[in-house]
Amino acid sequence: MNIHIPTPLRTYTAGAETVTVPGTTVAEVFTNLTSQYPDLKQQLFSNEGKLRSFVNVYLNDEDLRYLPEKEATSVAAADELTIIPSIAGGTDRPGKGASRKNSSSRNTPCCSCCPLL
Amino acid sequence: MLHIDYANYESLRAHGEETYPHECCGVLLGKSNADGNHVQQIVRAGNTRTDSAHNRYNIAPQELVKIQRQARGLGLDIVGFYHSHPDHPAQWSPTDFAEAHWIGCSYVITAVEEGKAAITNSFLLSGTSEEDKKFEDQPIEIEVAEQVSQQKGQA
Repeated sequence: MNIHIPTPLRTYTAGAETVTVPGTTVAEVFTNLTSQYPDLKQQLFSNEGKLRSFVNVYLNDEDLRYLPEKEATSVAAADELTIIPSIAGGTDRPGKGASRKNSSSRNTPCCSCCPLL
Repeated sequence: MLHIDYANYESLRAHGEETYPHECCGVLLGKSNADGNHVQQIVRAGNTRTDSAHNRYNIAPQELVKIQRQARGLGLDIVGFYHSHPDHPAQWSPTDFAEAHWIGCSYVITAVEEGKAAITNSFLLSGTSEEDKKFEDQPIEIEVAEQVSQQKGQA
């Protein structure tokens, strides 16, 4: 089956964006994938052998985590597996009330000598 | 170096203004070479962090799969991502760093101050793995029709 490799992991597949790997289950495909491209293993799996938390795997359009049989799910040659690391982030600034737009601090007295008191 | 044409550059900045006071996010499609990441198209994405959209963003993996498929169809690659920081500097945060996993890609951040796009910066996620990754300041080259301007921290 075809496995689509995200940009950062193509370093480990000799630049290939899609690789073809045999297997009858997702687990078998992953075993064969990491045998064929050994350096991928530590990128995809933790030391305990679990998929790293930020690595998403889709079988066609289905999230592997939500498939009833997960890695034991059967696959056919025409199926496609997509590996896609997560994208997230944010400012870490405090709650909505702290935003400049919503803040009322400029109208709030800060001490007893403040003229607004 | 991040190379991007003026229209795409302005579009990603406008996206941050449109979603203010929430964070916007999107994907940069293009090609990479020794000269850096060359953006040819940007794709706006939805921010799934509706619970805390003023200071968090997340692109649904299903949407990323579709965008990667779209890129493949165009003969392009995902070369980076962008998001906005409403009323916050255009610098990566500890959360941005912890959640960055696309080594070799550009992470573009636009500060949006009271609804207006201000500074836009780019950071290259370098390294070889989660253990040694780091963000590096990345100059942005904005291609404007026949002239090219090189900027960093453009307001």
